[in-house]
Amino acid sequence: MTIQHKMIAPRPAPRSTVGPLAWLRANLFSGPVNSFFTLLGLYLLYLLLTPTIQWAFLNADWIGTTRDDCSREGACWVFVSARFTQFIYGLYPRGEIWRVDVTFVTFAALIAWLALPRLPYKRWVAVAVLVVFPVFAYFMLYGGHFGLPLVETHRWGGLMLTLVLAVVGMVGALPIGILLALGRRSQMPIVKSFCVVFIEFWRGVPLITVLFMASVMLPLFMPTGVSVDRLIRAFIGITLFQSAYMAEVIRGGLQAIPRGQEEAAAALGMSYWMRMGLIVLPQALKMMIPGIVNTFISLFKDTTLVMIIGLFDLLGIVQAALSDSRWLGFSLEGYVFAAFMFWIFCFSMSRYSQYLERKLHTGHKR
Amino acid sequence: MRDNNNKWLLLGSAAALALGTAAVASADTLDDTRERGTVQCGVSDGLPGFSAPDDEGEWQGLDVDVCRAVAAAVFGDSEAVRYISLNAVERFTALQSGEVDVLSRNTTWTATRDTTLGLNFTGVTFYDGQGFLVSKDLGISSAEELDGAAICTQSGTTTELNLADYFRANGMEFDPIVFDTSEQTVGGFEAGRCDVLTSDTSQLAALRIQLSDPNNAVILPEVISKEPLGPVVRQGDDKWFNIVKWALFAMFNAEEYGITSDNVDEMRGSEDPNIARLLGEDGNYGEAMGLDADWAYNIIKQVGNYGEAYDRNVGMDSPLEIERGLNRLWTDGGIQYAPPIR
Repeated sequence: MTIQHKMIAPRPAPRSTVGPLAWLRANLFSGPVNSFFTLLGLYLLYLLLTPTIQWAFLNADWIGTTRDDCSREGACWVFVSARFTQFIYGLYPRGEIWRVDVTFVTFAALIAWLALPRLPYKRWVAVAVLVVFPVFAYFMLYGGHFGLPLVETHRWGGLMLTLVLAVVGMVGALPIGILLALGRRSQMPIVKSFCVVFIEFWRGVPLITVLFMASVMLPLFMPTGVSVDRLIRAFIGITLFQSAYMAEVIRGGLQAIPRGQEEAAAALGMSYWMRMGLIVLPQALKMMIPGIVNTFISLFKDTTLVMIIGLFDLLGIVQAALSDSRWLGFSLEGYVFAAFMFWIFCFSMSRYSQYLERKLHTGHKR
Repeated sequence: MRDNNNKWLLLGSAAALALGTAAVASADTLDDTRERGTVQCGVSDGLPGFSAPDDEGEWQGLDVDVCRAVAAAVFGDSEAVRYISLNAVERFTALQSGEVDVLSRNTTWTATRDTTLGLNFTGVTFYDGQGFLVSKDLGISSAEELDGAAICTQSGTTTELNLADYFRANGMEFDPIVFDTSEQTVGGFEAGRCDVLTSDTSQLAALRIQLSDPNNAVILPEVISKEPLGPVVRQGDDKWFNIVKWALFAMFNAEEYGITSDNVDEMRGSEDPNIARLLGEDGNYGEAMGLDADWAYNIIKQVGNYGEAYDRNVGMDSPLEIERGLNRLWTDGGIQYAPPIR
């Protein structure tokens, strides 16, 4: 009997348990039934993808400026490229477009600063985003001061308008929503009933009705000659509507915090706002991230409803472009483009929220 | 057709309630406009040939040209317009509340609208009407041969009612196939679900372009409903009403006298008294309206006469290629007619 003094060199795992082939066997072809469904799935995917790819890429026309440059065998992306500036900036004067660029690059930079960990002065940047930036954006986009020509809001449109509406809606709805949620849990009867009535009213009507009222009925009630800008009407409608939804999401988070947390904070002699701001809300908001982002994403998509009050958001400007007699009949391309843009933004929001959840994941599991 | 659905009735009653306010809103539109420096013009949020932003983001179309003509008459600058896109339901409110000075949004002139909404129609820019589009393969040349046909139409519009009326009146049978949107209607026609597509003729032209083979489809000559489209102003401001009305008449008269945007400068020296009066060389017709003497000159120079506007936007020079038909001048066998300037 020999005794081996050396370790036997490690051998790789059997070929059938590692690598892509093994993965395929384990996950896709583990039995006759699974194999059958895998093949069926692949076949269906083939049936679906071949014409799509042919339409969108292989037979598509990319270069040109007019409809005559399109063979019409596949997608005519010429339509999108000819109208691209308009889809992004709406009817904003071409010479002033740099103002929109500057505003959004600034905004993106500020948000990136807040979003990336390990950058200093977050508190000041947050103040800048919430207080300084809106003023800056107003002067940049609307103009009329500092030598910048005034660009009336009826010329705003496209992706720019969608983003402006969404950002204003989000920035407005979150704080109002928090206050409403706290108010609804309040012991004070007037505050409580006001919040309940407010939330139930705005949740009880469809957003389209709110916008419709704002555009059709509101002008009739205003004194002669006074007319509120349509965009402001949309801002107010969307913000109030979404804050009611936000309030209920946040109230859900508040309910989940054990009462002991607040009682313990009270026992330490904290005031109401300290208890809420330091103990309850940080925990509640963290738990509510999926819900809040969900509301944000639906808000972002709901902005398309401003179409009914004659504002050209991304979808609206695509539809307006479709009614140009020189570009009739390219609706599919236009809608695919709009859907793609919306998907990019909604998907990014969703990814960021997942990142945020992991980052703030301290203690309890999701 | 043109959004004559039920929603509109509801708006009508709401608007009628608000008439008190509406009347007040119309103090002196000309002064307000001058003070502001722009004409506020309500246009459609996208209708082929009538109003749509082009690749450069500038509004184009026949309805848009009416706005430009009014601005040219008032300011001598056809670009001094603020376009406000309106949908079918909010258009009258926008006019009543003073949000727009002129509504030029393919609006059909009907008795109800003219008499109960506190509005005035200033004229007809386009005589539209419901027509039929058929495939050339059918070999049909008249709507009277359509007995027993399957007809694609859009739901919720008066198109359906007009269609039923027409077929009953002519003792014919038909099989209606109803779709929700115009794209679906075109799709149904392409897929062979119906032999005939019906809508307003201006719409048919736009739908025809969207077919995979537009040349194989033909619009039948019969028009079975009256849809006169025109600009609208508030009631109670006759000065402004006159300006909008005569801005349009100037375009008709210019075409009648053969004045175009190209030759208007030469025409200024014309001996023809009609032309001299129109171009402000003779008389003070502009001043009588509160405008400059060369109000009509500016319209013709910057916007063109009616024929030019028609051809450029919906006629043979545009992709829509709609025949002039009823929209010819009375001198050419149509019914477009403007009172003389004297």
